[in-house]
Amino acid sequence: MADIRNDFLGIKSPNPFWLASAPPTDKEYNVVRAFKAGWGGVVWKTLGEEGPPIVNVNGPRYGAIWGADRRLLGLNNIELITDRALETNLREMKKVKRDWPDRALIASIMVPCTEESWKAILPAVEETECDGIELNFGCPHGMSERGMGSAVGQVPEYIEMVARWCKQYTRMPVIVKLTPNITDIRYPARAAKKGGADAVSLINTVSSITGVDLDTFSPEPSIDGKGSHGGYCGPAVKPIALNMVAEIARDPETRGLPISGIGGVTNWRDAAEFMALGAGNVQVCTAAMTYGFKIVQEMIEGLKNWMDEKGHASLDDIIGRATPNVTDWQYLNLNYVAKAHIDQDLCIKCGRCHIACEDTSHQAITSMVDGMRHFEVIEAECVGCNLCVNVCPVEDCITMLPLAAGAMDLRTKKKVSAKYANWTTHPNNPMAKATVAEPAE
Amino acid sequence: MAERLFKEGIAAGRLSPEAYAENFGDLHPSLDHHEAVVESDRCYFCYDAPCMQACPTTIDIPLFIRQIGNGNPLGAAKTIFDQNILGGMCARVCPTETLCEEACVREAAEGKPVQIGRLQRYATDTAMAQDRQFYERAAPTGRKIAVVGAGPAGLACAHRLAMHGHDVTVFEARAKAGGLNEYGIAAYKTVDGFAQAEVDYVTAIGGIAIENGKALGRDFTLADLTGRYDAVFLGAGLAGVNALRAEGEDAEGADNAVDFIETLRQAADIAALPIGRRVVVIGGGMTAIDAAVQSKLLGAEEVTICYRRGREHMNASEYEQDLAAANGVSIRHWLQPKKVIAEDGKVAAIELEYTALRDGKLAGTGEMLRLDADQVFKAIGQSFDAAPLNGSGSQIVMESSKIKVDAEGRTSIAMVWAGGDCVAGGEDLTVTAVAQGRDAAESIQRALKG
Repeated sequence: MADIRNDFLGIKSPNPFWLASAPPTDKEYNVVRAFKAGWGGVVWKTLGEEGPPIVNVNGPRYGAIWGADRRLLGLNNIELITDRALETNLREMKKVKRDWPDRALIASIMVPCTEESWKAILPAVEETECDGIELNFGCPHGMSERGMGSAVGQVPEYIEMVARWCKQYTRMPVIVKLTPNITDIRYPARAAKKGGADAVSLINTVSSITGVDLDTFSPEPSIDGKGSHGGYCGPAVKPIALNMVAEIARDPETRGLPISGIGGVTNWRDAAEFMALGAGNVQVCTAAMTYGFKIVQEMIEGLKNWMDEKGHASLDDIIGRATPNVTDWQYLNLNYVAKAHIDQDLCIKCGRCHIACEDTSHQAITSMVDGMRHFEVIEAECVGCNLCVNVCPVEDCITMLPLAAGAMDLRTKKKVSAKYANWTTHPNNPMAKATVAEPAE
Repeated sequence: MAERLFKEGIAAGRLSPEAYAENFGDLHPSLDHHEAVVESDRCYFCYDAPCMQACPTTIDIPLFIRQIGNGNPLGAAKTIFDQNILGGMCARVCPTETLCEEACVREAAEGKPVQIGRLQRYATDTAMAQDRQFYERAAPTGRKIAVVGAGPAGLACAHRLAMHGHDVTVFEARAKAGGLNEYGIAAYKTVDGFAQAEVDYVTAIGGIAIENGKALGRDFTLADLTGRYDAVFLGAGLAGVNALRAEGEDAEGADNAVDFIETLRQAADIAALPIGRRVVVIGGGMTAIDAAVQSKLLGAEEVTICYRRGREHMNASEYEQDLAAANGVSIRHWLQPKKVIAEDGKVAAIELEYTALRDGKLAGTGEMLRLDADQVFKAIGQSFDAAPLNGSGSQIVMESSKIKVDAEGRTSIAMVWAGGDCVAGGEDLTVTAVAQGRDAAESIQRALKG
């Protein structure tokens, strides 16, 4: 049986599934329920500095987009950091950590960007004997207007500065939580590393408006007819998060920096993908907020089942396994030729592949052959774009088959070369080099 | 109650009032909003959709389903009515399992087609509940057109002609318009007076006058119409009922299934309708099923359909056969009626002969079966009664005992069109009649403009 115990910065947890800093981790009651359900760790909902409690709106805090049958695809929120007293949170954290010593407990922190503020809160947090801290530089709404959250995360110099303060004033491991609301995720990650942070976690939520009420013309969620951008999360943001994790994992300047993967993790497969791209563990929020804490059971068993099937003994066997396969476009093998193939036994003749190809792509799929409704790839036109695969409602009905070396590509009327060749030497590239450049290892 | 339930002979009031209400409620209640949205998402929006090709009226099914899914049921209704102004009734009575839903790719994929009929009903019900009219008449043309028969073909034809600005007079022999929708379809398929509501919805466009109680051949002749109107459309339906050709079929209690269904549809109080304790229905089509199921629902203890060929030959769809079975009707095959046995002039039993296919021909085997019965319903088909036509003075060319028409619905007589069950080559379906009525109207429009 696969061993899925997790060691992240020396913080041990029975599995790599942590709950992200958010409403599910706001208080002892929820966190104890989560631990009972089997979650490996939690990042406690973000603590602010001492003083009058945070105020939230009293109307809706969440907006969403759905698939049919109301499957929740994306969630957005305008909730702020914890609105409970700092002292209450710290007391509960201490109790929970004492009662659940085998689970990871991380404190998320967001205080004003001054050395005094951070210096003041860190000893109090350390008192709880929690396992580490996560600096919330990601929250894109509300707090950012006050110079915190993503307002810090969008300025690499601030990230570096605060990370350094934290390393200076606490012995606890420091994780910097990054905002995706930037142009290039590598810059804030590099800054975190430079400031001495032990790890980064990402992504925080994406600035968003989930919709517009077409009767009132108010953005959603609507608070008395007005709306403010919120932070978007859930399955819809996963591809954005995967890319950002991979970018940091393969950046020569940050390679090896531990990453806690966040963003739309809904099942074991999502978690495995994040880890394969370099995340040491994952954090989950929206899936739990949609289905409750029980989902972790499926995640644990699913991950183990897959690892057993594939012969992966421990998480170290899978973490980062996909990272070397992420490269720049210019290094993709232009001599790799694939053609779509439609399995006629599986085809239900909906014709979506045909119309997608006919209207919007390469006119490479028939609709009628010998007077019969028949969908077949015209190899001489197929560029191998994969659109038909993506729109086909039947799994595995359309597949992309690579042409073997030496086979004739009917479109280009050239034989497929066995040689790897990329854009760096392509004759159409004005900057072409004489020898094929390969990605730096 | 029990004594009434098992009362011998033909008797009314076999069931409790609650049982009647339950039995004759809506067979398939309308989908609610959420159900409709979820179901609509199952549609793949196929290219050149097979469902659309299978629909005799060629409704753009993927489009109307997508409109439902995106919160525009009124737009969906218009998409339907554009092709089929009787889309509401068709949503209720179409054998979708052999038309659009059989062609649905989900049927191929998982044996579970998108519920196109119920989605169509959701859209059309939404529009009709709001009495939302989508069509305005074109400027008056001054042309006058006569339509014979206010059934599906006649109504569809009249509506399309009215849209083009013509003045239409519909002559209907019966007291109410609607044709088989009003008189010939099982009650549980069209509850709450839907057939009349639909007639009102269709005629609301204006320019359509329906004259009830006016029968061709009795009150006017075809020559009268061709003389007084610019064009004539014949949508007369099938007035004749085929005889059993079995001895004793005139006994009391041996009735035409279509008459039984009509009586039931027109009854003010269903509990007052008499039904036999043991009922035998002869036939294998939709009418046989409708009569048998409704006999059962009226409280008959035993209802048996006897059909002279096998299950695979029945005109009733598999779905209808299953509906009958689910209601406790026995369907027996390879039996042909030989003799209705009467006692004191009343039906007491029916004698049938087993049949078999010999060299491709149906033949009696000589082996007999006797079924006790208080009531026998004849449902072996209807026929076109040509007498009123020929009596009108103009000979009209017939084909297979029905009116011969070309692809546009033109008969052999100039400026006379025909459609629906009275024309040759039809499928005896409401939806086919609608398509023929509509297409004839367009042909008339072209002829008048020409």
